[in-house]
Amino acid sequence: MSGPWEGNAGGHNLPQPNAEARQERAAYLWGLSLALLLTAAAFGLAVFKILAGPALLAVIGLLAVIQVVVQFRFFLHIDLSKSKREDLQLILFTGLLILIMVGGSLWILGNLDQRMMG
Amino acid sequence: MSERQHPGINLTHARPQDARHAEVTVFGFWTFLMSDAILFALLFATYASMVSRTAGGPSGAELFDIGNAFLETIVLLLSSFTFGMAAVALKEGRQRAASLWLVVTLLLGLGFLGLELREFSSLITQGATPQTSGFLSSFFVLLSLHGLHALVGCIWIGVMLAQIAIFGLSRPVRSRLLRLGLFWHFLDLVWIVIFTLVYLPVVSA
Amino acid sequence: MNPDLLFGKLTLDALPFYSPIAAGGAATIVLGGVAVVGLITWLKAWTYLWTEWFTSTDHKKLGIMYVILALVMLLRGFVDALMMRAQQAIAMGNEGYLTPDHFQQVFSSHGTIMIFFMGMPFLFGIMNYVVPLQLGARDVAFPLLNAIGLWLTAAGAALVMASLVIGVFSTGGWTGYPPYTELSYSPTVGVDYWIMALLIAGTGTTLSAINFIVTIYKMRAPGMGLMQMPLFCWTALCASLLAVFALPGLTVAGGLLALDRYLGMHFFTNDGGGNVMNYANLFWIFGHPEVYILILPAFGVFSTVIPTFSQKRLFGYNVLVYATMCIAVLSFTVWLHHFFTMGADANVNAFFGIMTAVIAVPTGVKVYDWILTMYRGRLRFDTPMLWSIAFILTFVIGGMTGVILSIPPLDYVFHNTLFLIAHFHNMLIPGMLFGLFAGYAYWFPKAFGFPLDETWGRRAFWFWVVGFYLAFMPLYVLGFMGAVRRMTYYDQPEWQVYFIIAAIGALSVLLGIVSQIIQLVVSIRNRAQTANLAGDHWGGQTLEWSTSSPPPEYNFAVLPTVCTLDAFQVAKDMGTPHLWPERYEPLEVPRNTMVGLVFGALAFLLGFATVWHIWWLAGLAIIGIVGITIARSFATETTRIIPASEIALTELRWKQAILAQQGDAQ
Repeated sequence: MSGPWEGNAGGHNLPQPNAEARQERAAYLWGLSLALLLTAAAFGLAVFKILAGPALLAVIGLLAVIQVVVQFRFFLHIDLSKSKREDLQLILFTGLLILIMVGGSLWILGNLDQRMMG
Repeated sequence: MSERQHPGINLTHARPQDARHAEVTVFGFWTFLMSDAILFALLFATYASMVSRTAGGPSGAELFDIGNAFLETIVLLLSSFTFGMAAVALKEGRQRAASLWLVVTLLLGLGFLGLELREFSSLITQGATPQTSGFLSSFFVLLSLHGLHALVGCIWIGVMLAQIAIFGLSRPVRSRLLRLGLFWHFLDLVWIVIFTLVYLPVVSA
Repeated sequence: MNPDLLFGKLTLDALPFYSPIAAGGAATIVLGGVAVVGLITWLKAWTYLWTEWFTSTDHKKLGIMYVILALVMLLRGFVDALMMRAQQAIAMGNEGYLTPDHFQQVFSSHGTIMIFFMGMPFLFGIMNYVVPLQLGARDVAFPLLNAIGLWLTAAGAALVMASLVIGVFSTGGWTGYPPYTELSYSPTVGVDYWIMALLIAGTGTTLSAINFIVTIYKMRAPGMGLMQMPLFCWTALCASLLAVFALPGLTVAGGLLALDRYLGMHFFTNDGGGNVMNYANLFWIFGHPEVYILILPAFGVFSTVIPTFSQKRLFGYNVLVYATMCIAVLSFTVWLHHFFTMGADANVNAFFGIMTAVIAVPTGVKVYDWILTMYRGRLRFDTPMLWSIAFILTFVIGGMTGVILSIPPLDYVFHNTLFLIAHFHNMLIPGMLFGLFAGYAYWFPKAFGFPLDETWGRRAFWFWVVGFYLAFMPLYVLGFMGAVRRMTYYDQPEWQVYFIIAAIGALSVLLGIVSQIIQLVVSIRNRAQTANLAGDHWGGQTLEWSTSSPPPEYNFAVLPTVCTLDAFQVAKDMGTPHLWPERYEPLEVPRNTMVGLVFGALAFLLGFATVWHIWWLAGLAIIGIVGITIARSFATETTRIIPASEIALTELRWKQAILAQQGDAQ
């Protein structure tokens, strides 16, 4: 017996096209390579003191955003195709809220700090 | 290439209601992950607002070991990749290969936890405890919450290895592995923000 | 052996013999509990309750249990309110009958209970019952998760009740601001009870909300697009999204406060680099959306009740949907208005003040939509409609005072005065509670197959509305006169008359609650005459009225196909309200499971053990929670099949009831 909640139906030994698996493997390899590259770049910029201060923060921040997008694309398989609209909407909405909450918090707390200690 | 229905592992479904079930559970799990993401975002905001609140104690520049952080980053990234390999093996129905890749992922995950514990104990022996200052409280809590997630992920991998051994690659097992994959990749996403926000800014200071 | 290891901080001193009033409260709780247990045993109802209710994962039964929890907690929270009004009515120039410490516990538990353990369970209960039926779905997306959500909420409520008997409750108000709630200023277990109750209930609410989001997105009847969804489902969706995205704020604020208290960290302490202002920030990142979590589903109820009793379709459905979504998003952009006076500069205050005033726009749009729905309708004044009309009139007053408070310079004057107390009660009592009462009266005949008594319902309504105005309008005046909130006693003779009027208002509300209890008893007693299995008690427009009352476990034997808004009204207009197929398919439903109840029990133990520092018990509870989660994932036989013959029989009985009703009508 099996159905919408639980069950142990098979289906795992269906023949799979090898081409698709190869494509998938390639996607994960792409993801890994890009992520390694971006990580190395971020650490390199900081450790070898190529940049400093606000410029460093801005660049490593940008690299982090790019890496998040890369991992979403290659590891979590989120892209702009139609079938995943709802997941994408959810992620973008979360991104907006994070922006509001984190940005707002830093603005508010920074402002209070400045007025009390500055 | 067949159209992918969900993020993570692409399951080929023998029956339409299986596809529906996966769609429902995966969407639910995404919702949970997004709630979790907000939790981390608020802790990041708290950390950022407390970086300078060292209360006379040591600052990040005096404490953090960037080499260790780099190693942690690489280990976690590799574990994300090996989980991907497990997912591909799963999709091809190769049970042994899937289990093996999961074991590799588990070992990398435990390695990450080991590195993190080493860092914590080194900080504590230097007298930098969570009670020292607001800055260190927020540092330890942020990192520990991420570490706790990694621990949960490791336990989950262990449980899934047992379920693969008992049930084979049955539909519920594959569905759970799909969600575990999302969870595991999510850990790495959070870590990107951690190394960017916590470790890198203090290296050049 | 060291007793500290075994019992932590728990000693006999934890029993409330410090004041006769507290001891009386504790005795009421204990005796009440014993009486309920005794009654169930005497009726030999344990097996019935266990198999039909406690282990059920049916969304309809979970919904009813949520509402029962909410009504019990409403009584508790209202007793707190009566005690406060009595204290302030007497305490002019004297100390009144409550000690300051006890008075603080009373207002803290009143706020905590009314928001988290009355409002939230009540609306989640109604959402649980109604949303799947309105969507034309057989079940929710995650029935077990739903049950766990209920039992975690109940565990949180049980912790608050336990604090009345063992130990004390927080004296920090429902917001629990540090540094007062830090260990150095609040060394008792009260704040720990408050934190644990909120963290546990908050987890439960998050799980329930995830369940609703997925149910609404993925389980709608064939053909029902999002814009064909009843408006109540829209508000349930928005409230659930708010819960999922806002509750992390509470978890972080409460969790970090707990870390300060338990592990000596420095998040919100005065010393060690702590930042008390971040607590207010985090708490209100959660707290403001929370207000809309409470109010939006009530808006959904009004949007269902008003068209039904105006015998018209809802005016401006699309506009109402967009207004709801606007409110949901905007509610994340206004949190600073709760602490305008903390010292941010004028730019910050101006931004959040403007955003606050902007929220009034979509809310105003909604009010006009409801009024225009009634315009030229054939109005029927049954109790759900009465609550709705009282809501519109009263809520507008509260909205106006809210716009006043959104202006930072005025807020500097009104901050922490009774004007604010009057304002938010003026929003939440009509906006949330009247909506919940309207929903309770409206869907009661659906859930039980017989309606609530109208006469007592009207009495309850009038006592409540009159009581509300008497209780809260004087508080506006007192706010203007400079009376601050949370005063145990005062020495301004000219205030007392207003406090006495407010106390009379509270007594009128008490009569309202008594009328509601009588209404329930009378309705149950008369159910044989008023029973109506056929289902469509009010002439409803949405799909929940297309099933029998109460609906069968599987909700719909045949899933309805929907192509328009107000699907049931359209089907009735076309003369085909019900589908009677030749033969029925067997249906799969989840089996009963005790996992949800065990989760709740373990969470209660974890909370209790943490409050009293009984670490071995806390460890065991955590192991239990992890263990049961893993064990459950190995379970395979989690559903059962209802055979087609049984379904055919149930449906036949319902069809006969409908035919009999039509026969009576002719």
